[in-house]
Amino acid sequence: MTTDVRTRGGGPATRRSASRRSHGEAPFRFAATGAGILLLVIMAAIAVFLISEAVPALQANKGSFFTELTWEPNGSQVFGIAALAFGTVLSSAIALVIATPVAIGVALFISHYAPRRMAGPLGYLVDLLAAVPSVVYGLWGVAFLVPLLKTPSEWLNAHLGWFPLFAGEGAIGGKTMLAGGVVLAIMILPIIAAISREVFLQTPKMNEEAALALGATRWEMIRMAVLPFGRPGVVSAAMLGLGRAMGETIAVALIFPATFDITFEILTPHGNSIAANIANGFGEATPIGRGALIASGLVLFVITLLVNMAARMIINRRKEYARSGA
Amino acid sequence: MTTVQHISAGRRVKDRLAQGLVYLAFALAVVPLVSVLWLVIKNGLARFDTEFLTHSMRNIGARDAGGGAYHAIIGTLEQVLLASLIAVPIGLLTAIYLTEYGNGGRLSRAISFFVDVMTGVPSVVTGLFVLAFWILFLGMPFSGLAGALALAILMMPTVVRSAEEMLRLVPNDLREASYALGVAKWRTIVKVVLPTAFTGIVTGVMLAVARVAGETAPLLLTVFFTDSINSDPFNGPQMGLPLYVFDQAGRPNDTAIDRAWTGALTLILIVMLLNLVARLIAWWRSPAKGR
Repeated sequence: MTTDVRTRGGGPATRRSASRRSHGEAPFRFAATGAGILLLVIMAAIAVFLISEAVPALQANKGSFFTELTWEPNGSQVFGIAALAFGTVLSSAIALVIATPVAIGVALFISHYAPRRMAGPLGYLVDLLAAVPSVVYGLWGVAFLVPLLKTPSEWLNAHLGWFPLFAGEGAIGGKTMLAGGVVLAIMILPIIAAISREVFLQTPKMNEEAALALGATRWEMIRMAVLPFGRPGVVSAAMLGLGRAMGETIAVALIFPATFDITFEILTPHGNSIAANIANGFGEATPIGRGALIASGLVLFVITLLVNMAARMIINRRKEYARSGA
Repeated sequence: MTTVQHISAGRRVKDRLAQGLVYLAFALAVVPLVSVLWLVIKNGLARFDTEFLTHSMRNIGARDAGGGAYHAIIGTLEQVLLASLIAVPIGLLTAIYLTEYGNGGRLSRAISFFVDVMTGVPSVVTGLFVLAFWILFLGMPFSGLAGALALAILMMPTVVRSAEEMLRLVPNDLREASYALGVAKWRTIVKVVLPTAFTGIVTGVMLAVARVAGETAPLLLTVFFTDSINSDPFNGPQMGLPLYVFDQAGRPNDTAIDRAWTGALTLILIVMLLNLVARLIAWWRSPAKGR
């Protein structure tokens, strides 16, 4: 980048002669700065107003908000986030376990395996997965994926039933945690793949060529040069994907059977999440019910905020590292 | 050593295996896309007729066939348009601040960081925020405008990021040439920098629009439901196409499920069309291609 000709104030060097014509400068600068500050204000306002609207409901709560399993803010006013938060974490974890390896494979395919000319369009194809609206994935999940997973679920339960995740008796398959997790995996795949691809493409050509010159096969080159270089990027990409999965609402609202319990049996019809509960419960919520949903949304906001901030910090550190000539 | 050493069988097998897995991963990623599109087209075409596109759900009983999504399509178009009118100026100005005025200071770094964090705010949370602030705190009614506010918050970070990227691509030589002619900084930005980056910014905005057009959760909490046509986004509950699909999919009758699929098809057509046009503009006037 060429150096700018600027005064210390950041304006053009011709300040004196331009002063006559630049009467629009101050308002424009003010508007630009104001817009930036407005974004910060919005972020702060989200936290402030979620808290202020949640407090009355929390005060009316007759149970313990963090440990209670049931969610009856409309009737008995006993509600707690425990089962919902557990569902959110478990379904997102399933999604992450499925999506990350596939996304790394996709990213490697686009960055190092696909023919140069094809890489762009093929990458666009994967990006299109992100363009499909959430509600359509929900429809697809209920109509196609849920029946499709029935037989494999029964097989897993029959043969690997000793493993806690695949345990369970009675009805196997149907609207399960697994189905929700798979749909979430598909939805977060594009973002993980896109960021990983960018990082893999940034691998210094020198390192790759050095590995190849030493006689490494393509896979050995990737393992020795590309993957170590890209690891922080992939980690933060996965965390961004995790944040997406936890906040995803409508697809899981259609798939999860909205139960309120804590179980690791992902093959039985159980499952709910904070976001799904908001979507399903909003219609018939009383004022206290709305406050309770806002309180649960606040928890979701805080969790995703922490995950996202951590992910961004890892990426940003990497950026400085990359710029310093690595 | 006289000959080039051969790669041992073990290493070659590993290399092939890795290649196979990478190809498999890509295939795995494309299968759901094809499956979703196929199912939506197959199930959606049944009701994709003029009645669907020109009628609302008013006076359509729970078990009746017929009815349409006209009210939802109108609602979506108005909400997305309003959201863009709010989000694009704010996003663009923020991007201008970050590239032209920020100079990497503390404020600009904070804004830049929180724009990134903001892209990760779940859509349902922006809906809850508008519910808490606009509807419960300020006492405004459920309306298309409330939905547009939630969508605008979702759009902003995307617009900022893409516009910022495009503004950074504008060569500094252009700015300096303008300064050298004695043009003030803000006029340089408006007359030189923005026109140069214009197509890129349009692409970014359209991608942002495509992203929010399919959002259901924020609408669910802010525009409420209606089966009637309401073309006034400032008064009364409105419908949105994603919300329509969600609503119909939750009903137990086959006629409703059919409408949900057709709604999904319409929605995908709109979103994909926006996406495609955006990519075409980007490709057609790509700054990297011209030079």
